[in-house]
Amino acid sequence: MQDAFPRGRTAIVAAATFGIGTTPGFSSFDLAAHASIKALAQVGLQPKDVDGLAIVVMDETLSTLNFAEYLGIQPRFMDNTRTGGSSFQIQASIAALALEAGQCDVVLIAYGSDQRSAAGKLISTSRPSPWETPYKPLRPISSYALAAARHMHQYGTTKRQLGEVALAARKWARLNPEATMRDELTMEDYLAARMVADPFGIRDCCLVTDGAAAVVIMRADRARELNPRAAYLLGAAHETTHREIALMPDLTVTGTAAAARRAFAQARIEPPQVDVVELYDAFTINTILFLEDMGFCPRGEGGRFVADGAIAPGGVLPVNTNGGGLSCTHPGMYGLFTMVEASQQIMGVCGERQVAGVDIAVSHGNGGELSSEAVLVLGSPNTVGHS
Amino acid sequence: MLQRCKSSGAFIFYPRVAAPGTGSTDLEWVQASGLGTVYATTVIRQRPPKADYNLALIDLAEGVRMMSRVENAPPQSVRIGMRVKAKIIREDGGPLVVFEPVM
Repeated sequence: MQDAFPRGRTAIVAAATFGIGTTPGFSSFDLAAHASIKALAQVGLQPKDVDGLAIVVMDETLSTLNFAEYLGIQPRFMDNTRTGGSSFQIQASIAALALEAGQCDVVLIAYGSDQRSAAGKLISTSRPSPWETPYKPLRPISSYALAAARHMHQYGTTKRQLGEVALAARKWARLNPEATMRDELTMEDYLAARMVADPFGIRDCCLVTDGAAAVVIMRADRARELNPRAAYLLGAAHETTHREIALMPDLTVTGTAAAARRAFAQARIEPPQVDVVELYDAFTINTILFLEDMGFCPRGEGGRFVADGAIAPGGVLPVNTNGGGLSCTHPGMYGLFTMVEASQQIMGVCGERQVAGVDIAVSHGNGGELSSEAVLVLGSPNTVGHS
Repeated sequence: MLQRCKSSGAFIFYPRVAAPGTGSTDLEWVQASGLGTVYATTVIRQRPPKADYNLALIDLAEGVRMMSRVENAPPQSVRIGMRVKAKIIREDGGPLVVFEPVM
């Protein structure tokens, strides 16, 4: 049976970030609250107007309870999906179904992390693996490095092609005043960066920042009234293949392939119709793998596809237009930031980095170690007949 | 030793109480061949004086994959497709399966 999705029946009417970079003195919930009230205010709403809440944070497993209490609300729909960085796309897909069913009217999805100020590194709340820990893996970096090594072996992908991903992200970041890393990055800088886990140096790895994000989702009828440039949910699907990298069936094919196939079918689109792609680039190889998985280039051609600035500003396919996890922000779980950027590109509020005439934007989430992959297709009012 | 499902003959790693997919509980422990092939490899870089070390995924001859490392070779020299053989060493107070190249 083909999975159904209420295409165009719900929309993201507001999307905001807060505290990207280093934001000492704020807890994860403080940051998430700032992003939430900022998003709600974009459409004249307050926390008390929210009756559906989805949140997940690194440092509190019962975060829906804490955050509802913090905002002073008693939601009738709650979701605390916890699949790592893909949690938010999955939350959006569940929210769309709950909204469509009438179980709630206004859903807030929020995230916040103080990991840079609090710990200075990725906080892990996942238990160590007895099958991996004795070999001293540098998780999650070494897991992605193994995938990169395998892709290079199978398809001839080069270190310089990985570098093209980092350079493109940095070029986009230089157009984003909120981005953490805005200095010029050259191929020479990239190649000279300290090695961490072959083939990765530090410029292949995402940042460790603070930051928060929030989006507000509601049914299309009210969305149209509140925001004439809302981002409509056209399709949403996810796929999980494993938890530990040794159990990943094929290190060069992620669950994104199946998720994108289903989400694109729900949205009734093909890859050439996509105007911007916001991928979860925790590491440079991610961008290459996910572009292949989504069908933007043939399998194995991702490295060659990203060469010569194809995904940078002015390239054939705008990818990670906020600067991505590599150069904009990566506060533990980055998934909601791809949704904010995809929504804002459709809303047309991205300033210098705005891509002209965005009708279809893809927001992608990646959780664990290429383990949980989620794809959300967003469309402008044109795509649902509300132009 | 590796776990094997008696009814299907499929090997299982990591060990668990039921076969993945089928849920079959007729599992047995059998002697592993110890032979494998490097599926993916990386070098974890350390700040001197700590030494860099290898981390690899090994496809065992029995058809399952495990994380391990390849020893008795410089970490950078480990290649995907390299034939390796298991040995059991003691590390951090316990036994540990590592691999070395088959000459």
